[in-house]
Amino acid sequence: MAKILMKGNEAIAEAAIRAGCEAYFGYPITPQTELLEYMSRRMVELGRVFLQAESELSAINMVYGAACAGARVMTSTSSPGFSLMQEGISYIVCSEVPAVVINVMRGGPGLGNIQPSQGDYFQMTKGGGHGDYNVIVLAPATLQEAIDLTILAFDLADKYRSVATIIADGMIGQIMEPVELPEIEPPKRPEQPWALTGAKGREKNIITSLYLGGPNLEKVNLRLQETLEEIKANEVRYAEYMLEGAEIVVVAYGTAGRIAQTVVQEAREEGIPAGLFRPITMFPFPYDRLDEVAKSVEHLLVFELNAGQMLEDVRLATRDRLPIHFYGKMGGVVPSPAEVLAQIKKIASPQQGER
Amino acid sequence: MEKKAGFAKPEALTDALTHYCPGCTHGIIHRLIAEVIDELGIREITIGIAPVGCAVLAYNYFNLDFAEAAHGRAPAMATGLKRVQPDKVVFTYQGDGDLAAIGTAEIVHAASRGENITTIFINNAIYGMTGGQMAPTTLPGQVTTSTPFGRDVKLAGHPLRVAELIATTSGAAYVVRRMVTKPATIASAKKAIKLAFQAQRAELGFSLVEILSSCPTNWGLSPLEALEWVEENMASYYPLGDYKVIDEVKSLK
Ligand SMILES: Cc1ncc(C[n+]2csc(CCOP(=O)(O)OP(=O)(O)O)c2C)c(N)n1
Ligand code: SF4
Repeated sequence: MAKILMKGNEAIAEAAIRAGCEAYFGYPITPQTELLEYMSRRMVELGRVFLQAESELSAINMVYGAACAGARVMTSTSSPGFSLMQEGISYIVCSEVPAVVINVMRGGPGLGNIQPSQGDYFQMTKGGGHGDYNVIVLAPATLQEAIDLTILAFDLADKYRSVATIIADGMIGQIMEPVELPEIEPPKRPEQPWALTGAKGREKNIITSLYLGGPNLEKVNLRLQETLEEIKANEVRYAEYMLEGAEIVVVAYGTAGRIAQTVVQEAREEGIPAGLFRPITMFPFPYDRLDEVAKSVEHLLVFELNAGQMLEDVRLATRDRLPIHFYGKMGGVVPSPAEVLAQIKKIASPQQGER
Repeated sequence: MEKKAGFAKPEALTDALTHYCPGCTHGIIHRLIAEVIDELGIREITIGIAPVGCAVLAYNYFNLDFAEAAHGRAPAMATGLKRVQPDKVVFTYQGDGDLAAIGTAEIVHAASRGENITTIFINNAIYGMTGGQMAPTTLPGQVTTSTPFGRDVKLAGHPLRVAELIATTSGAAYVVRRMVTKPATIASAKKAIKLAFQAQRAELGFSLVEILSSCPTNWGLSPLEALEWVEENMASYYPLGDYKVIDEVKSLK
């Protein structure tokens, strides 16, 4: 298949279309807007549903409605918009209907800026909205991976009747790269006997997230937790790079993971035994595999475009058994490979760096 | 059991006992909607959306596919449901806190887009479910648990007239206000509900029927006194009438 040059946001949009996305609802926000714009053209050309909502609150609830009807549905946004969607996501998860949400993160808190950031790790991987739940969180480091994970997100949302998200940063959204777009057969989706399609020749269906009385809701909570356990058992994904003989392993995802790969290569060229562990599913986080990896190395260096959010999961995975260093950049500042390499060197020969 | 004509339960209602307080007109409005759905023969293609408010459990009372929305978001949810299956009939059932406070953006934009859905808007001038706080529709001077000295419009703002507001949107096809206080007004409300659903079936755009409704419990009145209060106090601030009826809807009559 021939490779074509595409911008990240558009590649994700086209991947969703090929995955059979039937309806898209969104609200403009940089650095995600090209995704919405791409959908506004292509979805309409294909006779599918596109609607620009009046807010992210409305967009996610339109997604909720379309999901209740059994449609393959998606929205996309950036950090402040994702915050607004949290209410709806909590409802969707509790109602057990499938939906896909793309978050092309920008700097925060507040209005922040429109530069790349990974500041939404907590609000995406730890539940984020009210109540006990988690969503599936997939972190692409390249545009090809963004395409593949977007397609996967639809299937996972269907499989677990839950919300699958893409945690991308502004860099992934904005860069251009040659990509391969798979030709996909019409998706084979699970049956949806629960969908609201009109009570014709069957009992009526109800989709609600209200369960009055302690034991009733508890039953639903337990079922949701069971689903999460299944997700944790089946869906953990990660990439490993130059772990063979590595003594210093960088743990990074998304754009940071991509920078780290360059850095690890350069470190090796300079004779420093570095390696990379790159989680792809941020939820479910690859705790067990990271713990394994950490057993045979001296140091971990967590590198994120935030103040140290995944850092907590790395510490949890390894129970702080080994020195865990952190290098983070906030405010939409993306460090150069040289800056990250300097961190590795500091760990490799501490006497050279300031202590 | 043989059902008596005129008193049989509409097919679009279940046998469930409602949780509404004695004398609450939510129940009457449920029945009117169900009768209309039966008469139009659309039970099997109709999807309802319940609000957050006293009608949150409406899905238990209607014998229809039903969703329960987040507070105020029913019109957005209805939009999603309808856009992916335009051949279905989709309606929201919303109280005044749900529609005119937290969900104002959703209802205005659904109307403005001409979303081909129907909204039954229950205006009872109070937050029923949470125990009687001020609603956006609470009348000036009205005592509620959060306006203990009466609604002072200088402090708490003015009541919102929803039918008038929605009627200004270009996407609205049918916007009227009714009440359900006695047989004649109930019959008129039913006609309006029917026309609203017919407008949707004819794909004419957004339709909204605002219904002045009673909340005897939180008004601290007997059911009968509450109906009188609707007629005397609410209907003067919220005049009954047809606020927007486009020609295509008129010709449905
Ligand atoms: C986001 C959110 N905020 C507040 C509430 C609490 N709440 C539940 S019902 C309600 C008011 C409902 O009043 P109304 O819409 O007038 O309906 P009624 O109960 O009078 O029929 C409120 C504020 C909620 N459930 N969700
Ligand atoms: S509290 Fe008011 S609105 Fe709610 S059921 Fe009782 S009477 Fe009806």
